[in-house]
Amino acid sequence: MIETFIWLLAYQFIGEVIARSLGWPVPGAVLGMLLLFLTLCARRGVPAALRDNIPRLMTHMSLLFIPAGVGILAFWPMLSAHPLSLPLVLVVATLSTFIITALVLQLGLWWQARGKAR
Amino acid sequence: MSVLAWVQGSPLTGLLLTLAAYRAALALSRRYHGHPLANTVLMGAVLVIAVLLLLGMDFQQYMKGASFIQFLLGPVTVALAIPLYNNLGRLRKSGFAILLAIVAGSVAGVVTAVCSGLLFDMPRSMLLSLAPRSVTTPIAMGVAEVLGGIPALSATFVIVTGIIGAIFAKPLVRLMGMHDDVVLGVATGVAAHGIGTARVFQLSETAGAFAGLAMGLTGLFTAILAPILVHYLLL
Repeated sequence: MIETFIWLLAYQFIGEVIARSLGWPVPGAVLGMLLLFLTLCARRGVPAALRDNIPRLMTHMSLLFIPAGVGILAFWPMLSAHPLSLPLVLVVATLSTFIITALVLQLGLWWQARGKAR
Repeated sequence: MSVLAWVQGSPLTGLLLTLAAYRAALALSRRYHGHPLANTVLMGAVLVIAVLLLLGMDFQQYMKGASFIQFLLGPVTVALAIPLYNNLGRLRKSGFAILLAIVAGSVAGVVTAVCSGLLFDMPRSMLLSLAPRSVTTPIAMGVAEVLGGIPALSATFVIVTGIIGAIFAKPLVRLMGMHDDVVLGVATGVAAHGIGTARVFQLSETAGAFAGLAMGLTGLFTAILAPILVHYLLL
């Protein structure tokens, strides 16, 4: 478990340092994820410290978003300024973003499969 | 010092409350067989808010303990690389289509929010805060600042967007007759960032892996594209 956290925190740390020193608008953790992914590709395998503990951790990822969800409480006055239109805008925008992404991906997959079949 | 004052001020309260609320939400979610509305983030947050109101605690007092849990978001985001690596074969095969969909979805995330906001005649500061709402919080706040929106308001829109996406992800793919976990993952990651990713991890590791990738890249593309798109939409 200790090694697992050393791996993850080290990559987040490197990501933060790179993002900050280059002035990129990307969170260090996202950059750390891409760097760890590249490392795994280069090593052609996942070290035991990461392989054994991570899957259990990921199924409980929802827990980590509860504090942010509670944050809505702090901004309630701002949100209740548009009690009807704001939720509607958020629902419409989120669902249409989802649908557009899924359709483009399905179309792209179909197109790629057709290209390979030929 | 009275006991209530200690309870309100101790980091233990926020920490224990969050874990207990999550455990209760998990039990409810299982009780309803993972029904989308029995979303663990939504129910967990509602339970915490109810207890905070009962105890007369504000958000800052709560965060004394809850910030320990929020801190773990960083290392867990890094850990998304592992399921992604486990799906390397599929990523190689479908990489081009996935990248295309993520770019299209990043543009759609900004355009749909600004346009539906315009439709309801919302003030400019609100529109600018809505624009980056489909990406992970730190990026959204940074983009909102660049655009001239209100970062704290964007952060709230991000959370609500994530919960909406997490609730509707599974019903939507079923409605559209799509059975590929990669499609579920990518669309959820693009539309509902980390909260959506956490939701699809409950359904399938493959979907979670691609949601994590989509979330990261959507953040990247939105940071680059949002200022350009908003410039054309709100001349």
